[in-house]
Amino acid sequence: MNIKIKRDEFVEYNVAELKGATLLEILNYIKTKIDPSLTYSSGCRSSVCGSCAMRVNEKEVLACSYKVQDGDVIEPLKNVEVIRDLVVNMDKAYEFNAKSKAWINKSASTPDVSQENEKLNEVQSDCILCASCYSACPVYAVNSEFKGPFSLTRVYKYVSDVRDSDAKEKIDVIQTSGIWDCTLCNECTMVCPQEISSKADIEKLRMKSTQYGYMDPNFGSFGGGLDFL
Amino acid sequence: MQNKVLVIGSGGAGLVAALNAHEAGADVTVLTKDYPTRAQTSMAQGGINAVLKHSQNDSVEAHIANTLKSAHGIASEEEVKKLCTEAVDAVEWLDNIGVQFSRTKDGKIAHRRLGGASGDRACYAQDYTGLKILHTLYDQVVSKNIEIKNDRFLLDIITKQNKVEGVSVLNKRSGEVEIYSTNAVILATGGYARIYDKYSTNAVGTSGDGIAAAIRAGARLSDMEFVQFHPTALKNSSILISESARGAGGHLLNSKNERFVDELLPRDEVARAIHEEMQKGEDIFLDIRHLGEEFIDEELPQERKLAKLYENVDPATDLIPIKPVAHYTMGGIEVDKNSQTKVSGLFACGECANHRVHGANRLGGNSLLELVVFGREAGISAAGYAKKVGVEASIDKTEANNFLNQIKQYTNEADFYQIRDELGDIFYNNVGISRDKDSLQESLKTIKDYISKLHLMGVKDKSKIYNTNLIEFLEFKNMLELSRLVLKGAIAREESRGAHYRSDFPNEDEAYAKHTIVDINGVVAS
Repeated sequence: MNIKIKRDEFVEYNVAELKGATLLEILNYIKTKIDPSLTYSSGCRSSVCGSCAMRVNEKEVLACSYKVQDGDVIEPLKNVEVIRDLVVNMDKAYEFNAKSKAWINKSASTPDVSQENEKLNEVQSDCILCASCYSACPVYAVNSEFKGPFSLTRVYKYVSDVRDSDAKEKIDVIQTSGIWDCTLCNECTMVCPQEISSKADIEKLRMKSTQYGYMDPNFGSFGGGLDFL
Repeated sequence: MQNKVLVIGSGGAGLVAALNAHEAGADVTVLTKDYPTRAQTSMAQGGINAVLKHSQNDSVEAHIANTLKSAHGIASEEEVKKLCTEAVDAVEWLDNIGVQFSRTKDGKIAHRRLGGASGDRACYAQDYTGLKILHTLYDQVVSKNIEIKNDRFLLDIITKQNKVEGVSVLNKRSGEVEIYSTNAVILATGGYARIYDKYSTNAVGTSGDGIAAAIRAGARLSDMEFVQFHPTALKNSSILISESARGAGGHLLNSKNERFVDELLPRDEVARAIHEEMQKGEDIFLDIRHLGEEFIDEELPQERKLAKLYENVDPATDLIPIKPVAHYTMGGIEVDKNSQTKVSGLFACGECANHRVHGANRLGGNSLLELVVFGREAGISAAGYAKKVGVEASIDKTEANNFLNQIKQYTNEADFYQIRDELGDIFYNNVGISRDKDSLQESLKTIKDYISKLHLMGVKDKSKIYNTNLIEFLEFKNMLELSRLVLKGAIAREESRGAHYRSDFPNEDEAYAKHTIVDINGVVAS
């Protein structure tokens, strides 16, 4: 069994004895037995810390939960700076959480949360910030400031929470390079290891935004007379 | 005036400390060796213990009594009282900042049963409790604009006359050593269960870096010999299956399909019972089939996913093969009532610290609680200290990167990855659930031999940029240092107590009802 890993260039490794192993187990094998300079991140090895997201045959996976096939091509995440081999710099991606104000505005007293309320954002709070969605998102090709799928899911998590006292602050900031920039292509949903659909969350945030008086700016351009000329 | 607090580590304890130091007026920076949400806290599944206002048939007194009983006489009653009394406040605060706790039908935070508890006491968020707490804390830290510096590996705590002056860290991205001047440092760097290598539930970076740095800086450690084995890790991968599976009524079975232990005893007793069965040649299984698919998907979704993925069994229809592996280290940095170590300005909280609340065996659900209660204490204490000291720390920067330069001279004749494997095997077999004098002494000899040969190991990758070969060597070096101290403690304690079971001294001995305290030279009191 051979796999190719993108380093400075593609390097092929023979890992015949590791049939059925996860990609992380194979990377560990290569690092400790063949080439200690191979560089990647890992942590919990149980799909919950979000450290080992990478691409296999151009699709985002967690290395610790992907079973390797002969001929697989391994590359780092996209839309982020590669530091070395499969390690990328997440700083800018994570800053979109701050730019989206993805946190609770605490209430003076905490209201009870019904089981129905809890279910509203249970799956969104399963996010492990692995950034698979961020890597798969095509919007970054045209707008590097797009707040992006995981941050917008986080915003949805908080605006749908009855304990949040100021949803409007968050709704306001996601109007620019936010929910309306999404093409609803659903790539984020396809790659999420936690079965979260940021696309669906973005659609819900659009509905919520109209309740706050915002309109889809893409509609506006049709009506504007001068734009037409 | 300087008013800086540096927090090293960004798991639950570090983030709680950072938030509290910030609120107390300090200028806080968090340094982390990866990214905040990648911490070990994300792996905590079962819950956080708290007797809440709506709790029925339970009391804070019962929580205290259960915790003390499980600690086998070497917890501090005063600290345990603090832990259990402040639990309500801790969970209400987590609720207030947005943690998605599972709920009862009437909208209250739901409770579940964990081992060693006389009531349903663990508040939980499905079986993602740690993940959801950690991410919510992170969002709060982001909201306060607290500075987080990612990819910084702790090298040393710099002191002068037993006072903190700053820290040196390796910037993993640039490969440069960075010095941070500060009077107050909070260590929240996690435990050391990765000494057991593949026989541990822990994340790969759980190498006790902060504990090793603390003892080099002059702090004391205590109770290092007490290592908790979790009864139910997946047999092949050592990945954790939460105690809540047993709390909900899961059974432990041997190869003959027989139950052999009360599954809800504290972890030390259950792990020992499994170990004895395994010694007889039995395979051990966790059986939750009778809980039903619907219940499993609602309350234990992660367990089902992990068992399918890593053990190829579906808990709804199959038995889950398990074994006990190292899970939590009760020992750690000695701290006083303000979470301060013997070094002025050096504070510690979370698993790296020993607040004397777990004693010889921690109860499930008390570690997430500990990180909130003592993270807060450490944060407030450090902020107070920083304000009081007021003089600027000044560091002689030339001293700081000595040992990195030394490592560059190491000859690389022996492969440390292979020795790291061996260390895990030795600890699992000789310093595990059952120990005895001969195997402990033999292990100590081997560890000392490894330490004396460190200069023959070293790193093959010479790159400056993101050299994980170097980072893993530094982690290995820290683990070796701590291994020696675990062994010293285990050899000195000629009795059995909680997680420390000596087959040559199978009974608890009143003469040892005290803490084993070590400094860099070895055991100072026991």
